[in-house]
Amino acid sequence: MNLIGENLTYKPDNQFHLNNVSFDFKKGNLYTILGRTLSGKTTFLKTIAGLLNPDSGNLSFEGKEFSKIPVWERNVAMVYQQFINYPHLNVYENVIFPLKQRKLSEDKIKTDVDEALKTVGLVGFENRKIQELSGGQQQRVALARSLAKKAKILLLDEPLVNLDYKLREQLREEFKKIFSKGLSSDAILIYSTTDPQEVMELNGEVIVLDEGKVLQKGPAKEIFENPRNLKVAEISNDPPMNILKGIKSSEKLIFENISINIPPHFKNLEDQNYNFGIRASEIKLDDQGEEFEIELAEISGSETLLHLKKGDSKVIALIEEVMNFKIHEKVKIKFNENKFYAFNKEGELISSPYGDLNG
Amino acid sequence: MEKLYKFLKYTFIILWTVFIVAPFLWAVSTSFKDFQSVNSKVTYIPWLDFEPTLEGWRVLVKSPARGGVDIVEPYFNSIFVTCTASLISIILGTLAAYALSRFTFKAGFVRNNDITFFFISQRIMPPIVLSIPFFIFLSTIGLLDSLLGLVVVYIVLLMPIAVWIMVDFFNRVPKELDETALIDGCNPYQAFYKVVLPNSIPGLIVAGMFCIIFGWIDFFFAFILTFTEVQLLPVKVVALNSSITPWWSLSASALISVAPLIIVAFVVERYLSKGNLSGALK
Repeated sequence: MNLIGENLTYKPDNQFHLNNVSFDFKKGNLYTILGRTLSGKTTFLKTIAGLLNPDSGNLSFEGKEFSKIPVWERNVAMVYQQFINYPHLNVYENVIFPLKQRKLSEDKIKTDVDEALKTVGLVGFENRKIQELSGGQQQRVALARSLAKKAKILLLDEPLVNLDYKLREQLREEFKKIFSKGLSSDAILIYSTTDPQEVMELNGEVIVLDEGKVLQKGPAKEIFENPRNLKVAEISNDPPMNILKGIKSSEKLIFENISINIPPHFKNLEDQNYNFGIRASEIKLDDQGEEFEIELAEISGSETLLHLKKGDSKVIALIEEVMNFKIHEKVKIKFNENKFYAFNKEGELISSPYGDLNG
Repeated sequence: MEKLYKFLKYTFIILWTVFIVAPFLWAVSTSFKDFQSVNSKVTYIPWLDFEPTLEGWRVLVKSPARGGVDIVEPYFNSIFVTCTASLISIILGTLAAYALSRFTFKAGFVRNNDITFFFISQRIMPPIVLSIPFFIFLSTIGLLDSLLGLVVVYIVLLMPIAVWIMVDFFNRVPKELDETALIDGCNPYQAFYKVVLPNSIPGLIVAGMFCIIFGWIDFFFAFILTFTEVQLLPVKVVALNSSITPWWSLSASALISVAPLIIVAFVVERYLSKGNLSGALK
């Protein structure tokens, strides 16, 4: 009784939007699709909604062939990254629209709509025009419309991406609450995003998508701890994980004339060339450390991102305080060797600080 | 500097207004004159310069038998032909435009843009080129000198305008709006008339206005395709001009000819600024 996709492929204009995608989504769960822009996330959601027909592959829901059912009979709901509402209707009429379309009884409609508006915090805005609302409120209307419908499949396509930073944080918190209490046990929620932080916070099952291909599937924690390859490591971290080409010898890890003690989880690795991965947050300023040159320093919120360079290697360090740096200034940094990943030449994960590679 | 700018701006606006309004005032004044007041010397102000008379207006409603030129019937003919042709053009044109905006058509080398261009190309040809085919066509199906025949011809002339304006309009309506309607349980027809159409009112009004204007002012086809049974207003107005030009009744008929367009413009104006789609898509 699940939503099952088998080998879905969609390839208009000789470019894969979906490349042999398979999945098995269970009711009552939250699934997040993580991928960069143009990785096929929207295509993925539109295919499930029925707005696109895959070139090949099967899609079934509750044991029935899904691809034969037209969009308007599928009982799905979708929130777009653009704030799509019906501009000619007010807030209440917008939320009521899908329910009226299904010809539910007046009482049922009223309770469902009131409940949905309460959930998204728009009580009192019923008679407002859509144009009179802020972006965040418009997106709440779209969400309320989707929730009121009580669809069995709820699709959210980067719903926060067009909001400003503050609103995004706030709405993300609310989403977590809404999803944890508002999601009925027979609904499937699919949420797509480019933001790894959103994925971690929503803490659902994650599908990492790139160029239409599923790179990795698993719980958010698993993706974070053991990114299967370099691509996943890059996509699932913001800033992307630093990758350093280097050699492991019997005593040291060596890259760019820096040698570092071998962390315990690397003990069993063969001595050869590797791509070492380290997260920006595992690099600290340290007077005893290695000297790097600052290429760029950005302050974001209460953190400072340092783009550093030494030889051919570039790393990004995340400093958890606001500091002022000059470009081309030299700073000394230290790597937390216990948090090093090792990827082989093909880019596959060989060793992770969290161990347990096949778990 | 700013004062100078303001001064120049308002001077220009006033001059332009005079330029636009003066002919109308001139026509109003002339319509109340008689032969004497027009031909003797230049006169402007009624009662002061000349004795006003309603003769110019009376002629227009008198039957020919009593020495008048009845423009009441051509007037209603024009209203009927213009409105019917505009309405049908808007309905068909909007449907065609929606299809051209939302679906992909392929027939040989022909694509959506080619079809749109085909519609517009109907307006590229000089009317004189179309006159003979239209004449033969209408005479073959027996609709020469009839209201229905004129409606058919005007649909051919007006529909391209509707298609052209509406394709452009629909292209600016986000496709996600239709998709949301489909997801919310509308079939494609319901999505069109429940969601897309109510949000296209500004476009419909602009297209409708252009159709009405172009239909109303057409002289050429009304002149060529009618003889005695049916006459349209522009033809009748021009026909007033005989050996002696009756400036007074010409002025009066010109004024009542533009009156409907002025009314339409005033009614429509408030819809034009109102319709924006900002709530659909940021």
